Amino acid sequence: MADNLLDVEIVAEDHFLWSGQARSVSARTIDGEIGILPGHTPLLAVLGDGEVVIEAADGEAVTAQANGGFFSVDNDRVTIAATQAELSA
Amino acid sequence: MSAADIRVFRNKIDSTTSMKKIFNAMELIATSRIGKARQRVAASMPYANAITRAVSAVASQQDIEHILTSEPENPRRAAVLIMSSDRGLAGAYSANILRHAESLLERLSEEGKSSDLYLVGRKAQAYFDFRRRPYKKFWTGSTDNPEFDVAKDIGETLVEAFLTDYEDGGVDEIHIVYTQFISMVKQEPMIVRLLPLEVVEEEVTDESELLPLYEYEPAPEEVLDALLPKYIESRIFSSMLQAAASELASRQQAMSAAGDNAEDLIREYTLLMNNARQASITQELTELIAGADALAES
Repeated sequence: MADNLLDVEIVAEDHFLWSGQARSVSARTIDGEIGILPGHTPLLAVLGDGEVVIEAADGEAVTAQANGGFFSVDNDRVTIAATQAELSA
Repeated sequence: MSAADIRVFRNKIDSTTSMKKIFNAMELIATSRIGKARQRVAASMPYANAITRAVSAVASQQDIEHILTSEPENPRRAAVLIMSSDRGLAGAYSANILRHAESLLERLSEEGKSSDLYLVGRKAQAYFDFRRRPYKKFWTGSTDNPEFDVAKDIGETLVEAFLTDYEDGGVDEIHIVYTQFISMVKQEPMIVRLLPLEVVEEEVTDESELLPLYEYEPAPEEVLDALLPKYIESRIFSSMLQAAASELASRQQAMSAAGDNAEDLIREYTLLMNNARQASITQELTELIAGADALAES
């Protein structure tokens, strides 16, 4: 695919954080770090406490501090639903 | 008719006018807060949608056995969470919710299940206190501006009751009664069974909307363990937000109607007062003329 990008959405329990296209996402599950690239198999994982780093389509890095929650990957669509999350600069 | 009547009507007009001012103020406050409440509903939607999608994906995979998804053989006790308001002055809002709750309780007892009550809002608490009917736990103080911590606490309480055995006082089902905000003029009481999960078969229209077969990280059971309490909390929180928006909308409607009624009353009392004044003037005149006639005749 020419436009090999992920559709990423980060939401916290009571507010919306960020959404956009990204080249890669890395997050911390309760078992360890995981990196998601386009074409990843569908995955449902429990988030641990830690940073979620998104490499946006324009090369910019978006970092969010997430505590608990889960994230899902399917059809290059990544949804990160954190219990608590803040975008860090 | 006398000066006393006029004074009575004037007092009534004064008090109705000041009530009307209060109604107007409450209507304005409710109107301004609905906007915020609806924003909060909208802000909580993405998370609620994400978690609902994930939970339905896991739950629709038949091969995973989990206590939170499997239906107990014969449910004997149900928990019922009733969401009313803390304050009145919201028309039939709380009365409607309580009536729906009663019908649910009746249905449950017909099915041979006893019910444990969990109440949100002072109105529900007062209702069951007055009737000396026992309830397990209540939460009050923030029905028109729900906090997530409260939803979390409710969720934890209910999940804990659900995970407890029947013999130890646990419940087999969790129902929730709340008011769904449909529009500014329409709010509908809803009864939803939260647990065991009802796997909703949705009409799939779009290929990409098909629920994917997920891989799990860690094992499916652990994912469900972590996911379900969060799902319950999220469902409870979003129904609290819906209820809050509905409460404010009902209050706005009720206050608007009360303001209109006050205006009608003021108009009516003003007419009566003017009548009384005119009657007393006429009477005085009659007396004067009668007196003058009597003098002229003598």
